[in-house]
Amino acid sequence: MTTTMSAGAVAPVPGAGVVLSLHGVTKEYPTTPPVRALQGVDFAVTEGELVGVVGPSGSGKSTLLHIMGTLDRPTAGEVTVAGYNLADLSDKDLSALRSRHIGFVFQQFHLLSGYTALDNVADGLLYTGMNVATRRGLAHRALARVGLEHRLDHVATKLSGGERQRVAVARALVGSPSIVLADEPTGNLDSKNSDAIVDLIRQINGDGVTFVVITHNREIAEAFPRTIGLRDGQIEYDSGVR
Amino acid sequence: MANGLEPSRLHSSDAFRTAAVGLQTRKLRAALSALGIMIGIAAMVGVLGLSESSKSDLLAQLDRLGTNLLTVQAGTGIGLGSGELPDEAAAMIARIGPVETTSTVSSVSASVYRTDYIPEGETGGITVQAVDVNLLDTLAGSVADGKFLDAATSAYPTAVLGSVAAERLGIADVTGTQQIWLGEQWFTVIGVLNQFELNPDLDRAALIGFGSAADYLDHDNVATSLLVRADPDYIDDVMGVLSATANPQNPEEVQVARPSDALEAKEAADDAFTALFLGLGAVALLVGGVGIANVMVISVLERRSEIGLRRALGATKRHVAVQFLGEALLLSVAGGIGGVALGWLVTGVYANIKGWATLIPPLAIGGGIAAALLIGAIAGLYPAIRAARLSPTEALRSA
Ligand SMILES: Nc1ncnc2c1ncn2[C@@H]1O[C@H](COP(=O)(O)OP(=O)(O)O)[C@@H](O)[C@H]1O
Ligand SMILES: [Mg+2]
Repeated sequence: MTTTMSAGAVAPVPGAGVVLSLHGVTKEYPTTPPVRALQGVDFAVTEGELVGVVGPSGSGKSTLLHIMGTLDRPTAGEVTVAGYNLADLSDKDLSALRSRHIGFVFQQFHLLSGYTALDNVADGLLYTGMNVATRRGLAHRALARVGLEHRLDHVATKLSGGERQRVAVARALVGSPSIVLADEPTGNLDSKNSDAIVDLIRQINGDGVTFVVITHNREIAEAFPRTIGLRDGQIEYDSGVR
Repeated sequence: MANGLEPSRLHSSDAFRTAAVGLQTRKLRAALSALGIMIGIAAMVGVLGLSESSKSDLLAQLDRLGTNLLTVQAGTGIGLGSGELPDEAAAMIARIGPVETTSTVSSVSASVYRTDYIPEGETGGITVQAVDVNLLDTLAGSVADGKFLDAATSAYPTAVLGSVAAERLGIADVTGTQQIWLGEQWFTVIGVLNQFELNPDLDRAALIGFGSAADYLDHDNVATSLLVRADPDYIDDVMGVLSATANPQNPEEVQVARPSDALEAKEAADDAFTALFLGLGAVALLVGGVGIANVMVISVLERRSEIGLRRALGATKRHVAVQFLGEALLLSVAGGIGGVALGWLVTGVYANIKGWATLIPPLAIGGGIAAALLIGAIAGLYPAIRAARLSPTEALRSA
């Protein structure tokens, strides 16, 4: 793996193909005593990859996802997303980066109650400045992509668990982000729906969308083209692209 | 942006929509929390509307009755006078330049009964007054039924009843021949009057002419009070000289009054109530504001995961703050609009009952909505800042 990102790079690095890179990333929570949730994490993800990150509970998976997703900053080390170095960006810039370059899928789905599936997905573009008609049009297409064209006008929170997670996946995809980060996307699903979501992720990755999927399920993670094992905040192994 | 990143943006129409989400999904709570503001604004708009409506009614009343009527009353009691004005008082007053008309009233000591077999003393407090034929015009009074006294009827045993006197005697109209037992004589009632807005004392009187008072009741026709209309521009000057003109020897035995002042004074007393109710309205508004702040704080706590999600979708802190501040503003404006409507309704109903025109000062409407907005902004500020400061990771973990 090559992680050749020059420190302080502000503009995207052209042609490198690297979507995400972490270099010596450490995260310490300032509790008493302080908790070191990540320590010296190094890896990079190139365009079109599908990476599974696996580790037991408390190994730092969610912390890692938050840092990759620019929702939190590392205590030490360097993170670049879509060619932007987090250290160079203000909080406002990070919001802008998330709105255009990062898609999220959460274990709890985090759909807005009272909204239709279509509006939930369209809200994935809410902060991009696109007008509502454009957002709805793209949302419609994203829902079709996850096989929910027949559920557009259903209240999202009343759909089945599997369908809700599909809506969440559509929302993550709708802005054509540089990378989609999923935190235990199958954690609230039965095995049948879980398999269906994993298949969906594979299928979308097949279209060229870059994914990092965090899970405590070894089986799922190791079936992906690349697996990174996490333990006690450190990378235990990185299979590389198989 | 220098680094080529296009900043996150939220259209104002979308900001409005995100602010409304919380209200749509929690309708009952939203309605209850807007209620405090609504009651406060309704109280203020209602009180201002009622005060304005009654004031305009008073102005119309004063316009109709005129503010240029003055009464000259002979004092009674030890050191206060004999209850009679000097014989030449009316003539002297008529000679004051700005005085337009004078009308003499002379109190007759006689009792009035419905029939001649009612026990003596049960007069129902009805007095007998000998009056000029111009009394009705001078007092801007009006006839409910029949006619007022004229030069002819003043000489005969005829009487016109004030509204209260007529009611107490059980005489509503003059159809047929209504007779009353007045000073041991039968008098024919030729008219019943409407209420005198400027001189309620005469409502309780049976009015007769000076001719019949002298001829049938042996009355001396000495003036006990005079009603004076004067040029409104000189009303204060006339008021200043009236008592000395009426009774040059003992001006202190004469009481001069301007009846329209009493109407205005009543209105001033109402103003004190207006202030009180405005104060109560302000308290209700304050309580309403606290209610909204409270609901917003709870809303922020409950919706942590939504806040986390929105940050993940690219919302800035400001976007989150705008959403929650907007929600508080929508709540308070809804309460404000509801309050204006309710206040208007209350004013309309009450004014209708009172026969007033419904007048809501535009300032009360604008002020009511502005006050609601201000309270919403203050109440929503702290919860909005709290929501904005919430770290996205904390917010997402809480679900
Ligand atoms: N906000 C926080 N403050 C303090 N400690 C935290 C916080 N978040 C996570 N941790 C700790 O960091 C470690 C890693 O947590 P986490 O990233 O959630 O792991 P995982 O998702 O793999 O279960 C755990 O020991 C957890 O208790
Ligand atoms: Mg976790």
